[in-house]
Amino acid sequence: MTLLHWAVLSPFIAAILIPFLYKYLKRIHTGWFVLILPLVLFIYFLSFIPRTSSGEAILNNLDWVPSLGINFNVYVDGLSLLFALLITGIGALVVLYSIYYLSKRKEKLNNFYVYLLMFMGAMLGVVLSDNLIVIYVFWEVTSIASSLLISYWYTREKSIYGAQKSMYITVFGGLSMLAGFSLLYVIAGTFSIRELIANADIVMASGLFIPAMILVLLGAFTKSAQFPFHIWLPDAMEAPTPVSAYLHSATMVKAGIYLVARLTGVFGGAPEWFWIITIAGLVTLTWGSISAVRQKDLKGILAFSTISQLGLIMSLLGTGSAAFYFQDGDNALYMTAILAAVFHLVNHATFKGSLFMAAGIVDHETGTRDIRKLGGLMTIMPITATISLIGLASMAGLPPFNGFLSKEMFLTGMLNVTEYGIFHLETFGFIIPIIAWIASVFTFLYCILMFSKTFMGKFDSSKLKVQHVHEAPIGMLISPIILAVLVVVFGLFPNLLAYSIIEPAMAAIAPGILSPGEFFDVHITHWHGFLAPELWMTIGVVVLGVILFMTFKKWENTAFYRGERDLFNYAYDYGYDGLVKGSQWLTRIQMTGRLRDYFIYMCTFIILIMAYTMYRYNLPAIQSLDLSPVPIYVWFVIAVFIGSVIVIPFINNRVALIIATSVSGFIVALLFVLFRAPDLALTQLLIETVSVILFMLVFYHLPKLKKVKTPPKLKAVKLIISIGFGLIITLGSLSAFSLGQEANYSSISEYYTENAKEEAGGYNIVNVILVDFRGLDTMLEVLVVALAVLTVVSLIRLRFKGSEDV
Amino acid sequence: MKKPNNMMLQTLTRLIILIVLSFSIYLLLAGHNSPGGGFIGGLMTASAILILYLSFGLNSIKKVIRLDYIKIIGIGLLFASVTGVVSMVFGFPYLKQFFDYFRLPILGEVELTTALPFDLGVYFVVLASALAIILTIAEDDK
Repeated sequence: MTLLHWAVLSPFIAAILIPFLYKYLKRIHTGWFVLILPLVLFIYFLSFIPRTSSGEAILNNLDWVPSLGINFNVYVDGLSLLFALLITGIGALVVLYSIYYLSKRKEKLNNFYVYLLMFMGAMLGVVLSDNLIVIYVFWEVTSIASSLLISYWYTREKSIYGAQKSMYITVFGGLSMLAGFSLLYVIAGTFSIRELIANADIVMASGLFIPAMILVLLGAFTKSAQFPFHIWLPDAMEAPTPVSAYLHSATMVKAGIYLVARLTGVFGGAPEWFWIITIAGLVTLTWGSISAVRQKDLKGILAFSTISQLGLIMSLLGTGSAAFYFQDGDNALYMTAILAAVFHLVNHATFKGSLFMAAGIVDHETGTRDIRKLGGLMTIMPITATISLIGLASMAGLPPFNGFLSKEMFLTGMLNVTEYGIFHLETFGFIIPIIAWIASVFTFLYCILMFSKTFMGKFDSSKLKVQHVHEAPIGMLISPIILAVLVVVFGLFPNLLAYSIIEPAMAAIAPGILSPGEFFDVHITHWHGFLAPELWMTIGVVVLGVILFMTFKKWENTAFYRGERDLFNYAYDYGYDGLVKGSQWLTRIQMTGRLRDYFIYMCTFIILIMAYTMYRYNLPAIQSLDLSPVPIYVWFVIAVFIGSVIVIPFINNRVALIIATSVSGFIVALLFVLFRAPDLALTQLLIETVSVILFMLVFYHLPKLKKVKTPPKLKAVKLIISIGFGLIITLGSLSAFSLGQEANYSSISEYYTENAKEEAGGYNIVNVILVDFRGLDTMLEVLVVALAVLTVVSLIRLRFKGSEDV
Repeated sequence: MKKPNNMMLQTLTRLIILIVLSFSIYLLLAGHNSPGGGFIGGLMTASAILILYLSFGLNSIKKVIRLDYIKIIGIGLLFASVTGVVSMVFGFPYLKQFFDYFRLPILGEVELTTALPFDLGVYFVVLASALAIILTIAEDDK
């Protein structure tokens, strides 16, 4: 365990302490304690910048399950550091913001901060681990934490719906990602990402390459809300706004992007990787930006805009992966896309974070997020309006903000694609920049719409529930102001980040492209000259965007604008309903509620599977049965035993039934005594006694035994099943016995007899086996017993009263 | 449950119960070297307590024995799992058991094993499980 391991685990440890802090220090807002951790971690991770920017990577090993190749190895390079800084930096700001956003009197702060810290730790685990299985584990924890946070106000139906939806979609993706990782292990024999990258040519040559790639991408796309899996993100907006700002725009949804970036070294260079990611990214970008225009909820707009921006980054990673195709080509041509992706990742976190927080402030102060009710807030909330203006201008791609720089670079990257001359790009390539441009127009449009609807126009207090609308308290404004300042600073001095953060991240995404000691050329400029096509594309975006906004009145009432709900939600809802109904149907046809039916299923299954095995391996092959002679009195005992069992089906009186079953039980105990197994005999006797007592106790409640008229056919079937079951068990045990004799196997009990005294210090072999040799079995059996009891108790005490459908 | 009024059963139970209970504890402790162990001991204690319920009625015994059997199951599981962890602290695999011989005052030479707390856990789980199931069913008067 090194300091880095502790850094990853520290949020979990802090999460354990939160409930106590919340309970015993109620007067102080729990958020203040939580705030310390991300701040410390942020400073700690900053200290890595000098090392990563010189091209160094830090690797600390910790064995977890070495026999399966699963190790908790922490790996810090430019890419993981960038994400770690985002997670802790934005985390600190979000916690600070949440202190003012969530009231300490009304809200269950302990839940909130436990989930938030759980998320923070898991997210750090995802980006800092080198091992795919460890990544998977942390990945699922982020899904769970996200779901819990979405359903934070769990009394609201919509929150539960959103939480479920995000859970189903992201966990589905997570599971397929696990399958993809397993395939990678099958191909390359390792879960370590660095080793996979080193063996990329083996992976590439394998027949499992495409399936592994698609499965891994399913995980990345569901997490990063790529089309058509994006539908969970708008519903996730039911979470408190700090959560939306943190998980659903700045960090968690970028986990998919992280994964794609991280695995570019493994999959990059393949045309399938290039096309799937580029197309998914572009479609998401366009679909998200068009859908965002239709939204009326501030957070809804931001959600779709996040989807669209994630698509943008994704498409850049897709086109940038071509760098692996030309190992020694013109780096600037392909790496512009990667550069733009990394830069936009940072920029998106800053401007989207501030926008979410501003939207939260509007919601907090006015009580609504509906843009049809809002308006004219500019004079009432000037600071919030300024923050929003900066954020939206940056998102729309206007100078001098950071969004402008990365947007131009994005357009450059997309234009470069047409010059690649591979993967049939010479014929289809021209479409890519056009799609990118169209999406940019819509991005511009929803940015103006959002600002004008919220802050301009007339203020109408009659539509609001809150009486006196005023600016937010200063504490709530600190975080968005810091982010807005960063938007401006990064916009004016982009080269602050160039070699400290961006270049190391690029080098980590594209390992092996550079020879050691070399660096990518990262020089970000505002001005590319009058002839640069990017400039004219931006001007075109602004002009067309403004025209669309001016004519807003015209298309305001069209069906396109009226509808808000994403069409793909219907697919999800139908699918979900179908799944529920299908499983109910499946349950209903076999779960009759009668024990005897279940016995029929079980016995039939055992008969079939054993009969098949015997048939398949030419059994029963009973050659010789070397049995010891059976004394006459044992025959007598067995006769009584058989007799007691045979009479049971013919008895119609319950007391007689109990006695008959007890007789068979006690005779089994007697047989144990005869074969000198005192422990078993004792146990059997006690079990019989206790069950007789149980019968006595419940006797009073049982209904009268009814003579059930069974059709003769069914009776025959039952008879056949019973006889078959007895026959198959007898045959099975006889052949096992005969086989053991023929092959001269030494019985395992001999080992126990010999070693019980020396190894475990006991003479009673049965007990020594139970507590020592097979201790884990006993442990788990006891656990099963405990679970069964809990089931029985809850079934009886908490049972349904009426005719609820389960 | 109807109020039972059975003189003979009640008088006998008073006698039997002591014998059964002490025998069950003997079974638990002696389990390592002669027939017995946590499972059998637990079942026997359970049957002893069940006889009490049977002869004196659920409600009157409930006033005397105020135990939450579900909690006892938890305690048992804790015993069984924690003894396994102890060996891990010393770098051995989970659930590795140890034993040694000690000379104790009064008792003389005694074998002490780490299997005993483990078996005690089993004892608690079995005892409480049997009682919890039977009593829940018996109390249920619907």
